[in-house]
Amino acid sequence: MKRPKFNPKEAPGQVADWTDQRLGMAGSIRRQLLNKVFPDHWSFMLGEIALYSFIMLLLTGTFLAFFYTPSSTEVVYHGSYVPLQGIKMSQAYASSLNLSFDVRGGLILRQIHHWSALLFMASIVVHMLRIFFTGAFRRPREVNWMIGFLLFWLGFLEGFAGYSLPDDALSGTGLRIADAIMLSIPVVGTWVSFSIFGGEFPGDVILQRLYIAHVFLVPGIILALVAVHVLLVFKLKHTQWAGPGRTEHNVVGHRMFPGFAAKGAGMSMVVFGLLALLGGLIQINPIWLFGPYKAAVVSSASQPDWYVMFLDGSTRLMPPWEIRIHLFGHGYTVPPLFWPTVVLPGILTMVGLLYPFLEQRFLKDKAHHNLLQRPRDVPLRAGLGAMAVAFWLVLTISGGNDVLAQKFDISLNAMTWAGRIGILIVPPLAYYVVYRLCLGLQQHDREVLAHGVETGIIKRLPNGQFIEVHQPLGPPDEHGHTELPYRGWVVPKKMNRIGAIGPAVKGFFVPVEKPEEAAPVSPAPSREEITSGRD
Amino acid sequence: MSTPDTEREAPEFDPDDPKLTRFDLVREAARRDGVEIVHYEPRFTQPGSKEEKRVVRFIALCFAIVGLTALAFIVAYVAWPWQYKGGANLNKWYTPVLGATLGLSLLFIGIAIVTWAKKLLPEEVSVQERHEGASPDDERKLTVATTLNVVDELGIKRRPLLKGAIALGLAPVGVAAIMPLGGLIKDHRSDLIHTAWKKGVRLMHDDGTLVRPEDVSAGGQITVFPAIPEGNSNKYADSPTLLIHLREDDAAKTRANALPINKGAQWQNYVAYSKICTHAGCPASLYEQQTNRLLCPCHQSQFDILNNARPIFGPATRRLPQLPITVDGDGYFVATSDYKVPIGPGFWERP
Repeated sequence: MKRPKFNPKEAPGQVADWTDQRLGMAGSIRRQLLNKVFPDHWSFMLGEIALYSFIMLLLTGTFLAFFYTPSSTEVVYHGSYVPLQGIKMSQAYASSLNLSFDVRGGLILRQIHHWSALLFMASIVVHMLRIFFTGAFRRPREVNWMIGFLLFWLGFLEGFAGYSLPDDALSGTGLRIADAIMLSIPVVGTWVSFSIFGGEFPGDVILQRLYIAHVFLVPGIILALVAVHVLLVFKLKHTQWAGPGRTEHNVVGHRMFPGFAAKGAGMSMVVFGLLALLGGLIQINPIWLFGPYKAAVVSSASQPDWYVMFLDGSTRLMPPWEIRIHLFGHGYTVPPLFWPTVVLPGILTMVGLLYPFLEQRFLKDKAHHNLLQRPRDVPLRAGLGAMAVAFWLVLTISGGNDVLAQKFDISLNAMTWAGRIGILIVPPLAYYVVYRLCLGLQQHDREVLAHGVETGIIKRLPNGQFIEVHQPLGPPDEHGHTELPYRGWVVPKKMNRIGAIGPAVKGFFVPVEKPEEAAPVSPAPSREEITSGRD
Repeated sequence: MSTPDTEREAPEFDPDDPKLTRFDLVREAARRDGVEIVHYEPRFTQPGSKEEKRVVRFIALCFAIVGLTALAFIVAYVAWPWQYKGGANLNKWYTPVLGATLGLSLLFIGIAIVTWAKKLLPEEVSVQERHEGASPDDERKLTVATTLNVVDELGIKRRPLLKGAIALGLAPVGVAAIMPLGGLIKDHRSDLIHTAWKKGVRLMHDDGTLVRPEDVSAGGQITVFPAIPEGNSNKYADSPTLLIHLREDDAAKTRANALPINKGAQWQNYVAYSKICTHAGCPASLYEQQTNRLLCPCHQSQFDILNNARPIFGPATRRLPQLPITVDGDGYFVATSDYKVPIGPGFWERP
């Protein structure tokens, strides 16, 4: 019997045949993957950045786990970083130093890991803002908004746990504050703190508990939620901007393969590349400069990672209001720390989670929506969003107010007071300004649709009056009006947008294409300077 | 749903028809999946045009850079000196070189793929119908019937005894499942109230030597720890104390201001306050000599040392507890008792 010769050209087909014989999935793969249309817009890529950062976190984090020891057992450092040699420190800190100095390529992976975490949170926030301002969270996507919102807080927890693991002076101080936050919870606070730390702060179990939370518990939940998040986007199909041929009942764009998938793959590589560049070229969290955590040591400018800073800011701005209760001959305390670090995040979480439903109720809009809204078309939402951003900004700036006070030579107390007053004044102001901006933009859109684009040509009438010539966007109707309806999409406002400028000539040094009607009939006369089309 | 053209074609479509091109099959497949390819044309009107070649060359160049930088990364990873050495040397460039080579390599893969997708793939506009909202009514009815039949088969409604038995039987199991978390719970009755300080415990420096009055110059401050084994370790994270040597007139003011609870805690011109901030537990360690204020760098609470370490700015609400100190016969500082009130951040049961 002759063995059939292996033909590499036929191999993919044979594998496909073999698989389909067993699973019978040719139809569904084509339907679910190949023939799936994605709308295209740059802002739809923001969530992907978070996804790719997360993949980078999993990869680099696994590497770090090969070397890190989550133990607070005290050891004497004998590694190669000279300034810390002979100093007593926890095994966790020593292993983090070894990872940075005595593992080939360890430092860059640690730094990529940290940068990825920062980018992960940043892209989540920007993605969330995009979803919010365009109304992409409306029915039928309320649940996906909630999942995304929870992902932010899980990322927050995950980041904080990771920040605490090296057990350097900065992360230890962060943990100390976390302990104080737990202690501030009425009735159960001390029990919560003692259960988590296994006794009084710092105890000797917290690092191993944070470690298992950081590498297993929280990332597991994040991974599961990310999977559901992406599956829901698949099932519900992506939202799209309004535009020609686009309705609430279709999706207009590219099929997933190869166009959309290629862009995604390219994007992932760009994200990975940038993270590698950041991790290699820009130092982050140089733990060896901070020294081991000691309860008595802290320095100024001890800031957490950026996504935690707003809570640091709210804590700094909180006035010293303590509630003391006397019950059954015993005094009870609600420390001021409770409000900005437990109650505030609690409120923010609930309001954020339920926002789609609150808006549905308030705007009485429970319909299905697949077309996005331009922020200007819903001034109320844009205003609320601006208010939230302003609120967050004031808190974040206050989270670094000591650094600002020092760099700009401002009184620290003045900074705190500016923040206290600012947190009350700036958000409503932002709401008002953005609300008015939206109305103004709306009005201008209508104006252009009614009267045409401003041409910049000023005409003097015989009676001496000056008018600007407008280019109407459509032919006049039987009444001589050119009023066009607003379609929820960009209205051209410059002549260039409606073809007043020719297509750009491509080519860096020399044009790659010659203009088509360039061939002169007769020998060209002396050439005139090319002007921009004005006569 | 789609143009009349495709609707007419649909019934007689034969995928084995030799006249069909591959793209005809693609279009038919898309049509069957509810996708209409309304616009599809190659990016370049003439294959092999100068502009197309230019894009292809650019992508090829990108991949060449990818290969070179990746190779450079591998070589640098293996051959570049990487061990830490003090001073300025080549080893310090190990991480930046790895980052630059690996980063550029990955970045150019991305640029190549994105360019490919944007400049070489055919222009396409496809329209896919959304099938959304609730399922059709008959589907829903059938599913509801099937689901309710499951309940009927179990007969839970007809058998109330089982209902009760399940409730009574499973409720404890549910609670039992979370019981192991009880292993986490720790009793905390006294830990937050007491520190390592008590009568007769001497003060020591971080290096373990005992503290004498002359160790601190007037207007200066040092951090001291209880002179017990591991007294300066995180095991006694609640015990770090700030020993301040006040100037003569400041010391008099402090003595005059002392609250009843702090009477007698001061030894001559020396006062000792808990270093753990009463707000969030950071070490309140920035001492402003001129104004005798102590600032906590975490949330900027400020304490007036001359007046019982009263909080005068920021979110802290309580004074830093004062450690009563004296000097013993051997000339060393010694505590005369523990702190009179719990140190550190507030908590619910704080007496």
